[in-house]
Amino acid sequence: MAGTRSPHVKLPPFQLLLDRHSGELFRFLSASVGPVDAEDAFQDTFLSALRAYPKLRDASNLRAWLFQIAHRKALDVHRARGRNPIPVEQVPEVAVSVGGDAEPALWRAVRRLPDKQRTAVFLRFAADLDYAQIGQALSCSEPAARQNVRAGLATIRKGWADG
Amino acid sequence: MDRAQAEGLVDVAYTETDSPVGRLLVAVTDRGLVRVSFQRERREDVLEELAERLSPRVLEAPRRLDEVRRELDQYFQGERTEFELPLDWSLTSTPFRRKVLERTAQVPYGATISYRDAAEAAGNERAVRAAGTALGANPIPIVVPCHRVLRTGGALGGYGGGLDAKRFLLDLESGRSTVTGR
Repeated sequence: MAGTRSPHVKLPPFQLLLDRHSGELFRFLSASVGPVDAEDAFQDTFLSALRAYPKLRDASNLRAWLFQIAHRKALDVHRARGRNPIPVEQVPEVAVSVGGDAEPALWRAVRRLPDKQRTAVFLRFAADLDYAQIGQALSCSEPAARQNVRAGLATIRKGWADG
Repeated sequence: MDRAQAEGLVDVAYTETDSPVGRLLVAVTDRGLVRVSFQRERREDVLEELAERLSPRVLEAPRRLDEVRRELDQYFQGERTEFELPLDWSLTSTPFRRKVLERTAQVPYGATISYRDAAEAAGNERAVRAAGTALGANPIPIVVPCHRVLRTGGALGGYGGGLDAKRFLLDLESGRSTVTGR
């Protein structure tokens, strides 16, 4: 097992990483894919992270790295749904009660945003990442991250006003 | 966690367990018991050490420590005089230290040797101080019974878990101690 690790990168024990971030990762996933699929998406995130962990070359922002993986797992769920779409009308109203006092209908509106905007909005408001960290998680610049959040919010506001 | 175990992704599994000498952190690898630490060592520091020296895939996985906890419980209840756990010596870095600890592992329950004896067994009877250092750095105390090594003349010497713990273990093994008699 010593052979697989990167030299000169000091990685904290994985358990400490998990203790620190599992709550917010789960909140992000619950908001992003809904509570029904969040559990599996979290397990997949955890396993992917654990597999890749010893080979990681950069330990400077592990939080953003974890959210990057969670973001990909959330995309997988959204894509799978795209292939097997569930009409929104069939989703029970009471099923969504995540993100503290967030309005369920509002989260559902966020879930209908384009991938990048959706993730950016959830990372900002469900996981409380700053724009630099959102940029790292989405592999884009900080201004682009800010722009995605802004555009997402604008779309929702518009939908809200129209609705 | 089960899937992580099944896929062999947990390189170092640990848990914490209560004992008469305080809370212990115990850790295993595929090879065996690799670390026992006393409460006076910070949990984070011990985990960091495991991550740095063995693998960063350190996870709390109590079930993988069931056998370790069972043998420790039996030992503290006075029902076990020998541990049958496989040991992983990865955290003992030099051949000298390894020899000192292997000699210590052979000291029977209830018996003691001196630091000089331990040094001699490692091939250098004058390296008493180095033997003391090796014992002080014992990564697997209690199971590798460094508490059975005393100063010539019988003074306690030192102990990573504190002298109260050392005295307790010696008393336990001599039959003078009860669990409440710390």
